[in-house]
Amino acid sequence: MEQLKGRIIYKGKVEGEALVTSMPISFYGGVDPNTGIVLEKGHELEGVNIKGKILVFPQGKGSTVGSYTLYRMKKNGTAPIGMINKETETIVAVGAIISEIPFVDKVDVTKIKTGNKIIIENENVNLF
Amino acid sequence: MELTKQEQAMLDGKEGYAVRKSMEILVALGEIFGAKNLIDVGSVQVSGVSYHNLGDAGLEFLDSLSKDGKVKVLTTLNPAGMDLENWQQLGITAEFAEKQNLVIDAFQRMGILVSCTCTPYLIGNLPLYGEHIAWSESSAVTFANSVLGARTNREGGPSALAAAFVGKTPCYGLHLDENRIPEVHVQVEAELSKLSDWGALGYAIGKKAENKIPYITGIKAAHLDELKSFCASTVTYGTKPLFYIKGITPGADLQIQPKETVTIETGDIKNAYDNINDNADEIDFVCVGCPHCSIKEIQEIADLIQGKKVKENTELWVATSRTVKHLADKRGYTAIIEAAGGKFACDTCMAVAPLKGRFKALATTSAKGCFYSRQNLMKTKMGSMKECIEAAVSGKWNN
Repeated sequence: MEQLKGRIIYKGKVEGEALVTSMPISFYGGVDPNTGIVLEKGHELEGVNIKGKILVFPQGKGSTVGSYTLYRMKKNGTAPIGMINKETETIVAVGAIISEIPFVDKVDVTKIKTGNKIIIENENVNLF
Repeated sequence: MELTKQEQAMLDGKEGYAVRKSMEILVALGEIFGAKNLIDVGSVQVSGVSYHNLGDAGLEFLDSLSKDGKVKVLTTLNPAGMDLENWQQLGITAEFAEKQNLVIDAFQRMGILVSCTCTPYLIGNLPLYGEHIAWSESSAVTFANSVLGARTNREGGPSALAAAFVGKTPCYGLHLDENRIPEVHVQVEAELSKLSDWGALGYAIGKKAENKIPYITGIKAAHLDELKSFCASTVTYGTKPLFYIKGITPGADLQIQPKETVTIETGDIKNAYDNINDNADEIDFVCVGCPHCSIKEIQEIADLIQGKKVKENTELWVATSRTVKHLADKRGYTAIIEAAGGKFACDTCMAVAPLKGRFKALATTSAKGCFYSRQNLMKTKMGSMKECIEAAVSGKWNN
């Protein structure tokens, strides 16, 4: 096991499987809130479902409406169960807070690979 | 970030769900951007009102906040996706109208003034020089920071709402002197002769001073409508939401002219028009009022269109706030414009209404309006008020 430390954006404990991308994500327009599938053309995760994963990405991008999209996904049961960013920004931070999704940033995300089992507990990210 | 006892109590949920969520948002943003504390704000402008952009997700969130959330300071609202009274005449579906009204109802319950305008400073939300505020809507943020000398970051919808429920915002960014220092000197050598030239200037400066605070010299005079248009354009096309114009905007004389200098020549203005304008001869949509028309602009439109008729199969929209329209009603401008076949689009605008696919080619005075209308798949032509009204009457763009 390896432990990484980050900064809490929204506190909480969650255990799941990592889904990693090196590309920023636009939740508004870039992800289908009804299914959790990434729609953005040319994105590394195009066609991949982020539902129920611990989503690891550098940061958000695009419209500030993306905060509301995350909230909608949480209500629909299509949201990631946890999120890790390299360095977050307003859209995803606000989205995680209003949706109550455990979220840390300032983590060395290069250490995390898709399929890793992860436990986020407040500022700690445990990799297995 | 250091919190007072009262702020900590709000974060702990002593004032209910909306205030707790708001404090969570403000504290997180404060931590992300390195704020040391929260500061009181004098007023808030909330964006994210159009159901077209919010969708059911946004509506649900606003509904949940409105159950126990009440704003603590003067709070005004950005344009909605439709004219709240006259939506049928503007071609909005009943289904959209129903959802949009639910959004408006939620804001009403929060105690927000349903002003539905991007020009809150024209209808009674007028911050003072040096006053801290929390505004969203990039053109209004730029106007407040630059023309009025108030202090605000460019908030998003939820962070502005959070500031309204708490009455405070985290102190970082443009709230602090050290982040309000101009970063590039922009010397304007081009002559500006009509309103749309200010939109073109905003485009040119936006491209040359991308993500910077410009200190602009060479401008001899400016009036409200020109600065309103320039604010919308320069931030849409690239600058930070703050600029100084030497001899014109407050606080410019307190700043030192930056060494790095770029010039704006006649060719840059022409280049801006070339980039904003598409090839289009037939015009089926003329929309003025991005940002929302002032009473003076509506007077100009009435003078230009009196006794004429808008061409069949072309629509003329005058976008403004309901408050300003009431003045236009009393003065008789509304009757003149409507007799000519023009329509008023209050509470809404071409940037947030569901217009995709409805029109082929737009004529407008606004550089920002062109930017958003391209996303709605329209061809765009930018020109003076006179050129736009002529296009409405002839259905063609002349030049």
